[in-house]
Amino acid sequence: MKSTAELQAIRDKLEVEKGYSCAVGENDTKIAVCFDDDGVAAAREVVRTFMNEIEKRRLVNVKVLQSGSKAKVDDEPIVEVTVPGKKTVRHTKVDPDKASQIIANIK
Amino acid sequence: MLERAHIMVCGGTGCTSGNSRKVLEEFERKLTEHGVRDEVKLIMTGCFGLCARGPIVAVYPDGAFYQHVKVEDVEEIVSEHIVKGRQVTRLLGSERTESGEVMPINQTPFYRSQKRIVLRNCGRINPENIDEYIAFDGYKAYEKCVKEMTPESVIQLVTDSGLRGRGGAGFPTGKKWLSSYNAKDDQKYIVCNADEGDPGAFMDRSVLEGDPHSVIEAMMIAGYAVGATQGYVYVRAEYPIAVQRLQIAIDQARAYGILGKNAMGLGHAFDMEIRLGAGAFVCGEATALIHSIEGHRGEPTQKPPHLAEHGLWGKPTVLNNVETYANIPQIILNGPEWFKSMGTEKSAGTKVFALGGKIMNTGLVEIPMGTTLRTIIEEIGGGIPNGKKFKAAQTGGPSGGCIPASLIDTPIDYDNLIAIGAMMGSGGLIVMDEDNCMVDIAKFFLEFTVDESCGKCTPCRIGNKRLYEMLDKITQGKGTMEDLDKMEELCKYIKANSLCGLGQTAPNPVLSTLKYFRDEYIAHVRDKKCPAGVCKALLNYVIDKEKCIGCGMCARQCPASAISKTDYVAPGHKLPSMQIDPEKCVKCGACMSTCKFGAISKK
Amino acid sequence: MSNQFRETPQQKKQLENVFKELKNVPGSLMKAMQKAQDIYGYLPIEVMQRIAAACNAPVEEVYGIATFYAQFNIEPMGKYKVGICLGTACYVKGSGVILDKVKERLHIEPGHTSEDMKYTLEATRCIGCCGLAPVMTINGEVHGNLVPADLDKIFAKYGD
Repeated sequence: MKSTAELQAIRDKLEVEKGYSCAVGENDTKIAVCFDDDGVAAAREVVRTFMNEIEKRRLVNVKVLQSGSKAKVDDEPIVEVTVPGKKTVRHTKVDPDKASQIIANIK
Repeated sequence: MLERAHIMVCGGTGCTSGNSRKVLEEFERKLTEHGVRDEVKLIMTGCFGLCARGPIVAVYPDGAFYQHVKVEDVEEIVSEHIVKGRQVTRLLGSERTESGEVMPINQTPFYRSQKRIVLRNCGRINPENIDEYIAFDGYKAYEKCVKEMTPESVIQLVTDSGLRGRGGAGFPTGKKWLSSYNAKDDQKYIVCNADEGDPGAFMDRSVLEGDPHSVIEAMMIAGYAVGATQGYVYVRAEYPIAVQRLQIAIDQARAYGILGKNAMGLGHAFDMEIRLGAGAFVCGEATALIHSIEGHRGEPTQKPPHLAEHGLWGKPTVLNNVETYANIPQIILNGPEWFKSMGTEKSAGTKVFALGGKIMNTGLVEIPMGTTLRTIIEEIGGGIPNGKKFKAAQTGGPSGGCIPASLIDTPIDYDNLIAIGAMMGSGGLIVMDEDNCMVDIAKFFLEFTVDESCGKCTPCRIGNKRLYEMLDKITQGKGTMEDLDKMEELCKYIKANSLCGLGQTAPNPVLSTLKYFRDEYIAHVRDKKCPAGVCKALLNYVIDKEKCIGCGMCARQCPASAISKTDYVAPGHKLPSMQIDPEKCVKCGACMSTCKFGAISKK
Repeated sequence: MSNQFRETPQQKKQLENVFKELKNVPGSLMKAMQKAQDIYGYLPIEVMQRIAAACNAPVEEVYGIATFYAQFNIEPMGKYKVGICLGTACYVKGSGVILDKVKERLHIEPGHTSEDMKYTLEATRCIGCCGLAPVMTINGEVHGNLVPADLDKIFAKYGD
């Protein structure tokens, strides 16, 4: 027999996940991971790190998006962070460690 | 791990028929092949609404909205978009912003004028997973009712919201609930009418397929408000997917202890069961539906007594339709003022329409009440295909009437539609262009009601049959001007004397076409012509001898050997042209569809 | 009276289980008939008699229900059920023409079964695929956006 508290627990648990069932919105912080065809493997590591951190820190309004190359292949993966109402910040040659730091600085 | 992309494949009936299940399986395979399966959530959702462009696949949080997705397209979506982050532009629809970029889906003409309350979860959640419904505030409204509100205040809130029944007649829902509440009895029932028999309407089906829990929750709320512990959902057997999803939802809710003796530990009992219809349109009528649930022939009975006092098995019963229920949880959570802020003064909220017929964007749309027909057809619907002219829209199915092009700026709400001789009905909206004959349409609806009349009362059983015969006579070119007057008289008689809603509304399509398209009737009667070129008996197929190249394809297709060679060879052609013998012609149209040179036309 | 009624022991058993399952369900007569039709494909008089006995109802009532609702068949059905949707959306987009063509092709009228028991033709009510109008179903499989020229290809799948 479920109680209403158990239902609330389901809502809390799915809070972050549910944000990924909707299109990215104006109030979301966007993390765009940009990479070229050759950079798929490196970029994926970075994306996975972001996702793990978001889940761990329960960052409801942070969305990770993948995007194409920014034509500066040597700097890739490039990560562009856009916090609503602020200027986009670009990070170059991001690896999983750097990714964790980027997440830690959001909020 | 938190999935970085959610792929939603439409599992509505339109898309499923377009093979979306195979698309889903292909995604499963390709995602695994590319090694990204664990990074992606893949689900089948309810209807997105844009059935004309199905199968639809949406990818979030990017918001990419892929259309006409075929199994062969899946590889590209996975390898380009999911793996490399590059959207497959060729599948994204043709709408562009001023700067030439793909328009976000919520800004496209089809979606931007819509307001999705009832359909809020369709295309967003997996209807077969109760957790997702719960995550989007599911069962919160029920909790609020039981914890913070008395049954009386729940009913008051529904009354204050101005919600009216979405099944057709528009009776105030709160009032219905109050009558049941006031009827004192040890057992009461909550019934949901999902017998969506109106041809061309599939709103309720889409809600049941896309968001079944919203109906369950609303019925629980109704149960709490009027003091009922048992619910029944009466669904058409023609809707197997809806039945299956609803059954899954009921089973999951039971397993969670949401349905059952002590719902969510809040101290109230409610349980429910599905009853299947068996193909009888009249069972959409309240008393007939009740008899059918009881296991009898679905024949209507006299009202009063009303169901609120004397319904299922003689007990007080609340009967609402699917769309009405689907509004309830949102009204409870957001309050009556929020609901009233949408729509018009006497018709609050939104209405879901199934847009069909001669329109570009066939599908399911939800609009605030008071939206004009022009907005629905020209903007949301994307206009009429093939450059044809809009002639009329038909609402309310066999019970409704038509809205002619001259009234295209009518704001759609209950009272306006009644005033112009149409009705809201359950929400089928069929668009007709210049190629549709209004007499033929009236005949089509009458044929339907004659077939579906249960036969219990004479005005409906015999009156509608006579009405149909008169219409048939007219389409055969044998009608007289007196027939038109007789028809009008008979219509009024049937409306006034039939036992139930089916008979009382059956003449509406005839009356409304007579009112707005009398010219067309007169053309059939006096000139023996069908202006739209539909009524077979009144048209002839002719070959334009200047265009005919004499290939003889038409003659080979003709089942009646009615086509032969002439002696005439048109300038620039080598063979003599063909001709049709009108005596032999059976007017099947095979010749016209075969001719590649546009030489055959019907007149 | 259907002379050629035959059943397998398995079907008989299934029907008995249905009766057991529905014993205490209120208003179960129609449910029993629906399940019986799932088992046999139609409702022969022999089966209707058994349902009547099990549900404690007169056979006339069972027959009355069977003939009232369009979905009950009291005659055996063809191997392939061909349904042409005559819902409004399909009708305005020409399903009447499709029906005519299929009638010619199968040499049967709606509601009838071909002599070889291969096809049963039905003019169905709206099946809710209005976005694909006009549509035809063959044993539940939906064929949409039809034009008469498509029929050859579709029926070729069934050996015609």
